[in-house]
Parts: sequence; C-alpha cells; structure tokens
Amino acid sequence: MKKLVMIGNGMAGVKTLEELLQRDNTRYEITIIGDEPYPNYNRIMLSNVLQGKTSLDEITINDWNWYTENNITLITGEKAIEIDRGEKIVETEYGKEIHYDELIIATGSSSFILPLPGSRLEGVVGFRTIEDTEKMMQAAQCKTKAVVIGGGLLGLEAARGLIDQGMEVHVVHLLPTLMEQQLDAPAARMLKKDLEKQGMKFKMEKQTEEILGETHVEGIRFKDGEELACDLVVMAVGIRPNTALAEKSGLEVNRAIVVNDYMETSDPSVYAVGECAEHNGMTYGLVAPLFEQGRVLAAHLTEIKSPGYQGTVLSTQLKVAGCDLFSGGDIHEDDETDAIVVQDAVAGVYKKILVKENKITGIVLYGDAGDGNRLFSMLKNETDISDFTTAAVFQKAGEEDEADLLAEMPAEETVCGCNGVTKGKIVQSILEDNLTTYEEVKTCTKAGASCGKCQPMVEGILALTLGAGYDAAAQKNGMCECTALTRDEVVAEIKEKGLQTPQEIRYVLEFKNKEGCAKCRPALNYYMRMLRPETYADDKASRLVNERMEGNIQKDGTFSVVPRMYGGTTTAEDLVKMGEVAKKYDVPLVKITGASRIGLYGVKKEDLPHVWEELGMRSGYAYSKSLRNVKSCVGSQFCRFGTQDSLRLGIRLEQELEMVDTPHKMKMGVAGCPRNCSEALTKDFGVICVDNGYQLYIGGNGGTEIRECDFVKIVATEDEVIAYAKAYVQYYRETGIYGERTAPWVDRLGVDTIKVMLQDEKQRTYYENRFTEAKDTYQEAWSAMLAKTQEKKMYEITRV
Amino acid sequence: MNMTKSLIRVMPEKELIPFIGREVNVYGTSIALFRLSDGTIKAVGSRCPHTNGPLAEGIVSGEFVYCPLQNWKVSLTTGKVQAPDEGEVPTYETVIENGNIFVSI
Repeated sequence: MKKLVMIGNGMAGVKTLEELLQRDNTRYEITIIGDEPYPNYNRIMLSNVLQGKTSLDEITINDWNWYTENNITLITGEKAIEIDRGEKIVETEYGKEIHYDELIIATGSSSFILPLPGSRLEGVVGFRTIEDTEKMMQAAQCKTKAVVIGGGLLGLEAARGLIDQGMEVHVVHLLPTLMEQQLDAPAARMLKKDLEKQGMKFKMEKQTEEILGETHVEGIRFKDGEELACDLVVMAVGIRPNTALAEKSGLEVNRAIVVNDYMETSDPSVYAVGECAEHNGMTYGLVAPLFEQGRVLAAHLTEIKSPGYQGTVLSTQLKVAGCDLFSGGDIHEDDETDAIVVQDAVAGVYKKILVKENKITGIVLYGDAGDGNRLFSMLKNETDISDFTTAAVFQKAGEEDEADLLAEMPAEETVCGCNGVTKGKIVQSILEDNLTTYEEVKTCTKAGASCGKCQPMVEGILALTLGAGYDAAAQKNGMCECTALTRDEVVAEIKEKGLQTPQEIRYVLEFKNKEGCAKCRPALNYYMRMLRPETYADDKASRLVNERMEGNIQKDGTFSVVPRMYGGTTTAEDLVKMGEVAKKYDVPLVKITGASRIGLYGVKKEDLPHVWEELGMRSGYAYSKSLRNVKSCVGSQFCRFGTQDSLRLGIRLEQELEMVDTPHKMKMGVAGCPRNCSEALTKDFGVICVDNGYQLYIGGNGGTEIRECDFVKIVATEDEVIAYAKAYVQYYRETGIYGERTAPWVDRLGVDTIKVMLQDEKQRTYYENRFTEAKDTYQEAWSAMLAKTQEKKMYEITRV
Repeated sequence: MNMTKSLIRVMPEKELIPFIGREVNVYGTSIALFRLSDGTIKAVGSRCPHTNGPLAEGIVSGEFVYCPLQNWKVSLTTGKVQAPDEGEVPTYETVIENGNIFVSI
C-alpha cells in the first residue's frame, strides 16, 4: 500500500480523506499529523458555541473512533516541522520521521493578529479555534468589557456571542461600513442598526494603535488618541494561511500555497487543500469551496477522472439571530453592471441584485433573505433573466415556482453545500432506500446535517420525487392516536375557536376517539388549564395516576410520600414527625431522594390521606409535572466561598414557582459560586451566583439525555432572578408540548427565541404576570385533597 | 362444579365518581369498579395481567381503561387486553338497587 500523509487535521483535510475512503479504502495507508489536541471539529459552528446555541461536544465531526475504524494513524498535539521532499519524509517536532508517497498539506490558516504594541498581552485572542472560544467564554465569566477588532462576518459573530455571554461589547472597524466584502452601504447600515438594538456598540473608522496594559489587557488606544477600557480584545481582522512549512521546503508560495486545478503544488507528489491553498490567485475561507477542493483532490488521488477545481462563487449568511442577510457573488458595482434595488425601510427589507448582460452577478439581501438560494442558483446557472419581470425577480417564490425550479435543477447540482450532497444523490437515496421524511434523508445522505440551511430544498426534492406518495402530514407528528393535529395546531384551534372543555375540543377537532386516550386526555387537561387558568376547572379524571393520587405509584401499586423541603432544608421537629409517621404506618423504605428531600416509600393507598394529615406538611410534588425542587448549596451564610445567599434564593424560588403545572417536570438549582456544587448547570433553570450578581442558565438536563444549560444573562438582584424564572417558566408552559422537558424544548425553539423574549422587558413582564395569575389558582395538593370528602374516597378500598 | 353466583353490595352508587376507578375487595377478590361516561358501571379484576398494575388507578376512556404502569389498554366490557398486547382480566356483572352498587360474584 502507498503511504499517504496529511499535515493538518481540520475540516478541509479530513473531508478530503472521507471522500477518498469512500472512493477507495484499500489504496493508502494514512497518517495525519495535527497540532490541535482535538479530533476534527466543525469550526464554522464555533460562533454558535460562543452564542450558547450548541456545545463543544456537538461540533465534533469525526470522533477518535472514526480514525481507528478507518485505520488512520493520528498524531495530535505535535507539529510537523520539516518536509524532506527528496527523501519524501515529514519530520515532527518530537523527532518522528514519517515516510510518504503522497503528501497533503492542509494546515489551514490562523487568525491574523495585528502586530500592534501590546498584542501579546494576556486577554488578546483570535477567533479561530476551540482554545480561542474557550478563552473568550472564560473571560466572560469574570470580565465585563470586550472589544472586537474587525466588523466582518467573524467579528460580528464573535461580538454577538460575547453579548450572549453577558459582556459589554464594542466592535472596532477601520472602514465606515460593516462587512464591506459582503454588503453594500445601505444593507450594512441596516445591519448596524439591528445589531445596535441587540446591544452591540460600534467604533467606526477607527484604527487601533496600541493595546494597553501591563500583563493583561486594560484597554486600547486609537490613532486619534481616544482610549477605550476593556479586559478582552478579540482580533477578527482576517486570516492568514499557514504556509511557513511549505515555504521552508521550497514549494511555490504566493499569498498561500499555489496549486493547480488538481490541488497539486509545484511538487507533483505534494498537494495543498483548504485555506492554505491558493488557486487561480484566490484563497478561500468558507466551508463550501474547501469541501469542493477536497472532492477534487480525493478523485485525483484515486485516479478518477474529474474536470478539476474551477474556483467557487461564494455566498454567505450571518449566523446572528435577528439579522437575516444573504450575500452572493460579486456585490461591487462597476460601469458594466446594472442594479435592481428594492428597499422598504418600514419593513426593514433591502434587496439588491447586480446584473451584467442579463445575468445575475451579485446579490445582497437584508431583512428577508428567503429568496437567497433561488437567486444564487440563478447566478450560478447563469440564468438569462430577460424573461423575468423585475417584480418576478423579487417576488417571493410561490410553491409552484419553487417546485419548477427544483424540477429543472440538474442532478449533479449541489443541494447541501456543507456536505456536498447533490440533487441526484438525494433522489437516488429516496428511491433506493424508500425514504419518506427529511429526517431519514438527512441520516442517509448527510444533506442538511451540518448547518441545516438546505432543509426546505431537501423537503422540496422529497415531494417532487415521491409525487403523490409524499405525505406532508407524515413530516410532523400528531398529538396522539386520536388526531393528526400537532400540539401547536390544537392549541391554536382552542384559542381561535374559543373551545372551553376537552370534550368540546375532541368533538370540534374531530378526534377519532371522542373520549380521548391516555395520551391526549392529560395533555388537553393541561393545555386548557394553561390557557384558561381562571375559568377551567382541573379534571382529576384526566390526570395520570401520580397526579390524580398526589403520590408516585410504585411497581407494587403502593405510593411514595415526599414532603416539600424548600431548598433542601428541614427542621428537627419535622424530622421527628417523619420518623414517627414512618414507624406508625410501617413504611418499608425511608430514603433521601435524588432531589435532596426525604421520601417515604411503599405507603399503602388507603394510608395516604392519614400519612399526609399526620405529617401536616406540604406536598413536595415529587410525582408531578411541575417544579420538583430547587437544589441549593448553603451559600454565603455558611460557605467561605459563597458569593451570595444562594440558600435564601433557592427557598424563594421554590416558594414562588411551586405547584403550577408545566409540560413536564422541572428541576432548578442555585449555586453560591461558580464551583457549582448544586449542579445548577444541568437543571431546567439554573442560577450561578457571582460577585456582581446572578448568572441565569436554562434548558439543562441531567437525565435521559444530558444537556448542559445555555447561558442567558447576568442579573443584579434576587427579585430579577425570580422575575426571569417566572417569565421563563410561563413561556415554557405556553409553548411546550405536554411531556416535553425544557432541554428539547429549548433546542426546538432555539435558545435565541427564549433569550429575546427574556431580554424584552415588555414580553418578560407579560409572561411573569401570566404566571402569577395562574399560580393564584393553585392550592397545596395534600391539604386540598384532605378537604374534599368526596374525592378522598378514591383512596379507600371497600372490603366485604 | 357449582356455579352459584351471589350479588354483593359494595358501595353506595353516589360514591363512584365518573371515570375515577375504585378498588373493592370482595371475599378476598380484588375488583376495580368504574363509572363510564354513559353512566354504566363496570367491574373487572383489579390487576393488569402484564405487571400486576392496579387498574382502578388507570385513565378511563370510552369502555377502556389504560393501566397506570405500562399503559396496556383493557376493555371493561370483555376484559380483553387490546392489541398489540394480549391477555384478559375477569369481568363481573353489576346491578344497581336502591342507590347501591351490587357485584355478582
């Protein structure tokens, strides 16, 4: 077998190997030398990590197993320092000598750090690697002010991420407009306005002269003498191809390593691919062209004929919520271009299309980028637009147009740019593997598996390929066996038609089973009470056993009794009482529960009301879909590390939020310091107390599928924590699917949607008030049950 | 075998809330009683044949009860477990007289 060595373990390089192994996995013995101590990860998602939309683990593309399974030798954390082209040997910094027959250089690029005085101070980072991202996230934990130098794509994503991490952020830009490579002045102005609304601050037309500070960054000074204090500087002024090694070994290097259409460098057994390669005078920093290069090189290395790499026309979108923009092709006007412009300042929409000889050459869309893909596909296909009226160019494509466009699309055209999946491949998979849903296509072909932007197109191709066999309804899940309507549709109908009872809902919405089933009965009961807290009377008969009996049913039909212990606290009197009751009723197991409370397990059904009465305590709702507990550490009252009174806050939270039904159970946690002893970062709502306030976290889960919380913001007071918690819980109550925990709910809605709601004072207050209104209708469960002579009878077993 | 059945009074009719099951123990036999939406009263063996779940605690819909432990669906008329699961629980006739529920056993 021939030996193939690759220097670099990034997206472009590894993609090349994936493509190569797909074509022929017997040809090469492969070694990868990568200096980052991670397996290959999705670098484009780093800004999502910083914005809290995804976690580091989720962006790993090839885990360690992938390398093993494919018999690839992976050397990480070690640099290649020498290429001996005569002997065909790569030398590493620790003295390994690796022989190659073919060598791929995929060293990528580095953040360009401006060579300013102070640029080596601690607290100056690029935005390029996991390490950079982690540094920024750590800085956000203890620092407050950040400056991002560079108002391009990456800089703005970094800035937004830092705002999400709770920092105050200034973006410094040399030019008068943002993202000048992708946007023209009007679109850039709109973008700036929208970002300012999100709290981003700008210093335009400012040149940084010096970074100030002794050992750590303290501020920056501009050429005009103005100074700006900060404790983090992110340099996002561009990338610089890593070419040192290639240069040293005598390969032709211009701005980057020069390659031909087959990615060959000036030495035919050495190739370069990705950001370190220069093709036809162009270097690329976006994922689609790099993957395209990878496919060309894979074909070449396996001796499959291909037309070679022809360069790529670029399109970009900004991964920042609330800024819908699309840019494609060459957006700069000249004498030969005509521009078609539509501007609606009121709706915040701006669209410009540049046309040369009846063909689209450039696209800038802001505010409504829905037509981006369609127009871009016209640009790439060089569609003659003389048949289109101007209006039609701008018209939002109707369903029919979209379908026509997809039908005309050639089979070899790429649908998923990230993973290079063509229309032909998707159609083939649909037919051969009998795929019927988008999710299935995604699993089988990887189309849509990276950024998901192409989902509408994939769905369109599904509909087109299956024709009448395409079941739009199958793409979504009905609530239960009784109806094909989804939760959202049912709730919308209840509101719209003013339905007042579950029975009415089932009749009007034509449920198959007019009395519902074990799935929709509790769900409808929940939705009704959520929607109409003041008028709808809870229906015990529609509650699942645990909530109907106010205890958790055990496998032998007995129940558990778990009294409320606010923040995990109890008293000597209560402990004595619990002991006495446990003895009297012969309780087989007394245990500290997972939620740090005391549980009496194995209580007989008939004994339940007596046990509650004798305990005289409140229910801990350990059986319900509502707030279970707020796990709290002792905090500053006792702990020498505690920064705030986390225990008092935990108790308050539990008191303010208990009893109210939610789509599923909820757990909360408050930690008195970032040591996080109460594990608040895997709770449905978590608070980490810090010196200057309270960090709020949402959507965590420590159960079935572990999910780390997303950070929302820092608030200053306990009252604010309570207000945010109420608004958050109410939002979950009103948008969650019955039975859906907050973790999948947050993923489904998107963290940003929830953050935007929480940060908008008007909305937050609305939901907070709605929660309070609902809570006022709840009564403590056990004492309420003891007062109901009729219902209490359901605990009795008549013996004859 | 002598198949004599006797009617046993188990509880006042008004104590049985619609849709909410009640467990009664008649000479050592545990029976679950239900009142359906049309007012009829059903009586079946109280334990689900699957994992012995207490059927009296299940959700009632139409003439079926869903076992609270693993959601098996049992007919209160025939006692048959509904597909895809299989099994059967005994059923008992009920009679109402002078405001009292009687079970035939």
